[in-house]
Amino acid sequence: MSRINDLFARKNKRVLNVYCTAGYPQLDSTIEVTASLKAAGADLIELGMPYSDPLADGPVIQASGTIALQNGMTITKLFEQLKDFRNQISLPVILMGYVNPLIQYGFENFCAKAAEVGIDGLIIPDIPMYEFEKEYKAIMEKHGLDFIFLVTPETSEERIRKLDSLSSGFLYAVSSSSLTGSDKDFSPVESYLQRLQEMKLKNPVLVGFGIKDKSTFDIACKYTNGAIIGSAYIKAIEGGEDIEQKTKEFIGQVVN
Amino acid sequence: MSYHITRKTEDQSSGVEYAITKGKYAPDENGYYGRFGGAYIPEMLHRNVEELRTKYLDIIYDPSFQKEYQQLLQDYVGRPTPLYFAQRLSKQYGAQLFLKREDLCHTGAHKVNNTVGQILLAQRLGKKRIIAETGAGQHGVATATVCALKGIECIVYMGEKDIQRQAPNVARMKMLGAKVIPAISGSKTLKDATNEAIRDWMAHPNDTHYIIGSVVGPHPYPDMVARFQSVISKEIRWQLKEKTGSELPQKVIACVGGGSNAAGAFYHFLDETSVELIAVEAAGEGVNSGKSAATTQLGRDGILHGSRSLVMQTEDGQVVEPHSISAGLDYPGIGPMHAHLYDSGRAKFLCVTDEDALKASFEVAKLEGIIPALETGHAFSALRQLELKETDNIVICLSGRGDKDLATYMKVMEQNAEL
Ligand SMILES: Cc1ncc(COP(=O)(O)O)c(C=O)c1O
Repeated sequence: MSRINDLFARKNKRVLNVYCTAGYPQLDSTIEVTASLKAAGADLIELGMPYSDPLADGPVIQASGTIALQNGMTITKLFEQLKDFRNQISLPVILMGYVNPLIQYGFENFCAKAAEVGIDGLIIPDIPMYEFEKEYKAIMEKHGLDFIFLVTPETSEERIRKLDSLSSGFLYAVSSSSLTGSDKDFSPVESYLQRLQEMKLKNPVLVGFGIKDKSTFDIACKYTNGAIIGSAYIKAIEGGEDIEQKTKEFIGQVVN
Repeated sequence: MSYHITRKTEDQSSGVEYAITKGKYAPDENGYYGRFGGAYIPEMLHRNVEELRTKYLDIIYDPSFQKEYQQLLQDYVGRPTPLYFAQRLSKQYGAQLFLKREDLCHTGAHKVNNTVGQILLAQRLGKKRIIAETGAGQHGVATATVCALKGIECIVYMGEKDIQRQAPNVARMKMLGAKVIPAISGSKTLKDATNEAIRDWMAHPNDTHYIIGSVVGPHPYPDMVARFQSVISKEIRWQLKEKTGSELPQKVIACVGGGSNAAGAFYHFLDETSVELIAVEAAGEGVNSGKSAATTQLGRDGILHGSRSLVMQTEDGQVVEPHSISAGLDYPGIGPMHAHLYDSGRAKFLCVTDEDALKASFEVAKLEGIIPALETGHAFSALRQLELKETDNIVICLSGRGDKDLATYMKVMEQNAEL
């Protein structure tokens, strides 16, 4: 059983997935951030691979990516940093990034290397369904990586079912038709989450975009298996001092 | 001509037929030109792009659309634009040179052919809000213009750096009623303005149409923009026939930023293998200077702004900032159609430095009394790199006029009295 499946078998309510850009705030923060998140009570960690043109991210995440790139973060560097992380960290870890750097690295190579260091799954928002089935699915399966698709309030029921059937691990429900870090009113999102809940999908559902504190986390968890926090956490550890303490405080106020 | 399936429109009075190309170089149903193209978009864009993909051909080839589009091209844009035999320039280069005068289009460049088409499309899709990206501001002005024409809200994303560099066009957009929003992410230029426009579109999945300014972006944009620009080569064919007795020139030359004027100038010649297609990229300060925008020379297969194409990037796949003296050619990619024309050898790709483009612009000004845009200066300069025959009929797409580049031209004249 994959680490992600295992997690949801043990815990299917209030699962907290936290996103952080690899190489942010400092180049070598990756492991410290990961360990701090684990210690603070995160259930799943999403490491972002910084990219020059991150279309599906909001300004906070893009800015963290710009810093990470200036710090010298690359995929090669990330795999070096992750070489022994499985000795310390047993939580499922997924990588989030854009397809262009992966193609340059060599997609098959990338998947092999990710699996080798102990990565559990991938979120690559600019690989759409058609391309996934044609070119990428078989490679990810071969290396035992889960692939997580996004759905939005605009996605039709038929399409949600298709994306669910192609996903493994969990399904990523974008909370609004907006971007990460947006701070819109959250209530209209509820009916959409309820609709997802009623669809009885194959995969657990985690809600992302706009989750930033206890109240938004609670709303998401009312209808789904948990939620993903990105921009708010990135802001919380800005500057890079006392990452462990700041992470503890931030996660503490979300989950308690 | 065997590849062209022509759907007759009700109104043939303009003399322009609309062909749905099923030629060798047309994209497949998923928007692939060979291995280039496609739609690499996040799910948040799916609704908008899918709506466009399923509807664009039916809308564009609807007789009522064609009627309105033709009318506007004629009365508002000023089409057909002349095909002008450039006598003195022809003498200079030893060939028969014809200039396709897109510089005489309303707003001063070919860009408006596309924005007129897309605004009519947006209306038929029921959209209430238009967004666009712009680099030099030409596409932004062309978009703001058609939005004013139709009374539709217009938001133009423009890199913060470009806003500073292109003040007159920013003022024009504002005067036309558009809101110009600075792109402050990344390198603060065209590629970042494009990112911001795409993000805006994701955040507005219902009421907004995104008017992309070149043959780039996810399918169906490259094909749709190429169709709107194809009027250029459609006219060239009959105009050249009137002037020379033959519809087919030996060569067609056009500059390539994203590639929309070139796509339009090549479109109806793609399957005419006797016509040599010449695409001219910006070499900047030299292909190997580190300050260049010659994508086919410096780029590798990659994905940018939703399609697979040739992309200028680092070894790690981070998109790099290109350089060209002409803002309209300063883009780190090219449309997927052009990547395929390059890869398949159908088109020949040349590149021209900042300096040579400037020289060519001054030469055309002196010899023909036409001040071309800096982008077009690149196309003219390519004449120096070609072996020409006295009897060759050569068409150059004069994509735009040089008014927007006067500040650059003035600086050059201050520094170099000889030009
Ligand atoms: C006059 C002119 N020519 C050419 C271009 C390049 O664009 P494209 O390659 O899409 O024709 C521009 C873009 O701003 C332009 O203004």
